[in-house]
Amino acid sequence: MKKTDSNLSRRSFLKVSSLSGGGMMLGISWFASAKPVESLGELNIEPVWQEVTSFVKIASDNSIKIFSPNPEFGQNVMTSLPMLIAEELDVDWKQVEVEQGNYDPKAFPRQFTGGSQGIRMAWKQLRTVGSAARQMILTAASQAWNLPVTELTTANGMVTHAFSGKSETYGIFAAAAAKLPVPKDIVLKGNQSFRLIGTPQKNVVAPKIVQGKPLFGMDYREAGMLYAMTERPPAFGMQLKSFDATAAKKMPGIVDIFQIKVYNDDHKFAGFDTRAFNEVIAIVGKSTWDVMNARKKLKAVWEVAPEKKEMGQNGQERTIPAGLESTKKHYAQMLEMDKKPGKIERRDGDPEKAFAEAKHVIERTFTAPFLAHNIMEPTNTFAHFVGDKVRFVAPIQIPDFMVPSMVARLGIPKENISIELARMGGGFGRRAYGHYMIEAALISKQVNAPIKLIYTREDDVSGGTYRPMYQLTYRAAFDENKKLIAFHAKGGGVPESPLHANRFPAGAIDNYLAESWVIPSNITIAAFRAPRSNFNAAAEQSFLDEISEYMGKDPIAFRLELLQRAKDNPVGKTNDYDASRYMGVLELVREKSGWGKPENAGKKRGVSAYFCHNSYAAQVIDLRVKGDQVTVDQVTTALDCGVVVNPEGAKNMAEGAAIDGIGNALFGQLTLTEGRTDQRNFDTYRMIRHNEAPKKIDVHFVKNEIDPTGLGEPPFPPIFGAVANALYKATGKRFYQQPFAKQLS
Amino acid sequence: MIKKYSVKINQKVHQVEADENMPLLWVLRDILGMEGTKYGCGVGSCGACTVHLNGQAVRSCQLPISALAGTEITTIEGLSAKGDHPVQKAWIAEDVAQCGYCQSGQIMSAAALLKNNPNPTEEDIENFMTGNICRCGTYTRIKKAIQLAATK
Ligand code: FES
Ligand code: FES
Repeated sequence: MKKTDSNLSRRSFLKVSSLSGGGMMLGISWFASAKPVESLGELNIEPVWQEVTSFVKIASDNSIKIFSPNPEFGQNVMTSLPMLIAEELDVDWKQVEVEQGNYDPKAFPRQFTGGSQGIRMAWKQLRTVGSAARQMILTAASQAWNLPVTELTTANGMVTHAFSGKSETYGIFAAAAAKLPVPKDIVLKGNQSFRLIGTPQKNVVAPKIVQGKPLFGMDYREAGMLYAMTERPPAFGMQLKSFDATAAKKMPGIVDIFQIKVYNDDHKFAGFDTRAFNEVIAIVGKSTWDVMNARKKLKAVWEVAPEKKEMGQNGQERTIPAGLESTKKHYAQMLEMDKKPGKIERRDGDPEKAFAEAKHVIERTFTAPFLAHNIMEPTNTFAHFVGDKVRFVAPIQIPDFMVPSMVARLGIPKENISIELARMGGGFGRRAYGHYMIEAALISKQVNAPIKLIYTREDDVSGGTYRPMYQLTYRAAFDENKKLIAFHAKGGGVPESPLHANRFPAGAIDNYLAESWVIPSNITIAAFRAPRSNFNAAAEQSFLDEISEYMGKDPIAFRLELLQRAKDNPVGKTNDYDASRYMGVLELVREKSGWGKPENAGKKRGVSAYFCHNSYAAQVIDLRVKGDQVTVDQVTTALDCGVVVNPEGAKNMAEGAAIDGIGNALFGQLTLTEGRTDQRNFDTYRMIRHNEAPKKIDVHFVKNEIDPTGLGEPPFPPIFGAVANALYKATGKRFYQQPFAKQLS
Repeated sequence: MIKKYSVKINQKVHQVEADENMPLLWVLRDILGMEGTKYGCGVGSCGACTVHLNGQAVRSCQLPISALAGTEITTIEGLSAKGDHPVQKAWIAEDVAQCGYCQSGQIMSAAALLKNNPNPTEEDIENFMTGNICRCGTYTRIKKAIQLAATK
């Protein structure tokens, strides 16, 4: 028997209307829609869930269910975001059960995984959600007990009237609370009153992960579901000419083989519509293995594609050049570009004059290859197209970005698109580009059945969207006293420039010039854990190391000196970093690593610091080199990301960033020959492995009361520079070209 | 060629009809609906698909169904009844997982390691686990978890 309840559920939008110091008043506008409240089980002895708001359900037995709105790809927002709600709701974390929210812009105002903004954007918003629900419970209790709200207190999911000694669970009041109007003004706790925020909490999904529960998009299945793959051109710069599927269609389990076009010719491309190939052949069958085998029998004819134009949503046309590109040629082209004048991005003082008058100039050129994302769970999506509706179970970082493109391509209104957000086996930017959802929908529509689209590892590596190739040339000018008088950064890439003209050391040097250039390409690129920054940090932080050595200065002292200048008397008004916070992480890493201490004198160590995604990170790495083997003994990380919500998860992120960064710095590379990637799977794409990971990683956070800033990306870029600097100490050789391990043999 | 096979997985005999070359990985995932065993590369290079074959860690993507007669397979679903194998408990205690996709394979490798070598050195762990990739970078936590499980 299903118990129904006529309570209105509350679909909410929260808007921060005004913020003031101390207690914060937050205005909320709520949207209500009638929806029967979910009930569990057959009989009424099971708890009855009351939807207090779209984020919070409370059961009669005082179980609390909190919905985590953001897509989860390992950054552990399923733990940290509900912690924000639970804090203000004033419940015991042990009572809380967390569920992934589905894509529902009415219920959840921000479902976005990218740019290290999850906690930062949710900081006030989700605490407001928790506080609102708590206030509704309080009001319900005050009405039931006929006592003024001001005399009631809450803790651990209980409402208490201290004077009379009355105390009841939230569950008792949940049904009444759910009927109440939602409070307009919300007061948030001061940081000093936090009971949950700032305490280490374990990943709430861990019990399911360790049992191998089907959490991922790849694991989704339902009755009648078919399996699909796509065959695509073997090289960038090629396209489909024709194909013969006669033999492939005769293979066991094959249902259909047909061509699909990801976007129409007149598609207006949005920023995240990138896909490697537009016309592909879909193979649909009864199992993954059947489809894999049939693919081998497919006879496709590919041809070199002509130059193409793509119209952007902004009305700007982009030209995609023709040709089969090669990494070797890209490197040569990048050196050519370096010789030509670039586009001036920033100019302070008179750099040309300073360089002309310099007693000494150091110039170094740094390069890095394309990198593949290598998300451990290959790209996939479940889709079922029925009539004019489509239902997805999708690993997708930013569903909001894809919905308009799906509306355009599939010709259905956005209300007809439903997306269940599957846990993602990694993302790192790759799953912000959801073309695979459109592919899956088109395939489902054609075969009129639910399908799961799967990319093989080879598909992912060889037909991906990559971290671009980059180059940066730095020049530093010195006077006769070895004083740094001018700095020049000139950077570009295939097909985008990594340059951040307003970042450190801009602002710290009187004469400064930043230039950029690009080389157009038909190789598709994407965000990749701190795009651009992950290369800039490697280049800039190695260069600063080298010039500090020339100047006879300690590398940390030298950086601090520059930052002090930027703090006291900044050059220019557009510097985008906070010099004090930058200095803070350098000072912390100096202390925690015992930098310069006699006991560490024999260590081969490198230091590096970088600012990105609103946060500051500094790292010291200790390593040893024997032949071409690098052994990393220790990494010490100092991070300033403001208030840390869940120190356990935050540490895990920072440790992972260090390991991932060391791996990519030493081994990461995707190279191309005549448009074809030379690496296609993990047997050729070198990933860092257990025996190459640091023996020890220490993570330290700067303690402050700053509202949270980014965490997932910031500790990734600096480690590249730290590795290069430590390798120099270990080998006496400077490392300018990634991947570094290649130059050890 | 499609044939009938009987395979013993987690103490239970299953009858399946499959192509003789179909790897155990896809038998588990697509035919038997046991999706704890993950696909990562299909070429034996990532360890995501690790299961136990007669107690030894093997890559199920490299094991055709026709080669399984008379063997006993254990998958992550059969490692323990309630997710309370010492390795699973240690994984939770050390808060190892990030995305979690590689972790079934890591856990199956670790469990096999400890079965054959109950007190592994750091080097033993590193060497044994080298076949299991984690893009999220949880290696140091994995090592700590294995060391913790070894004390239980
Ligand atoms: S999927 Fe079997 S080793 Fe990678
Ligand atoms: S936890 Fe994500 S790949 Fe290992």
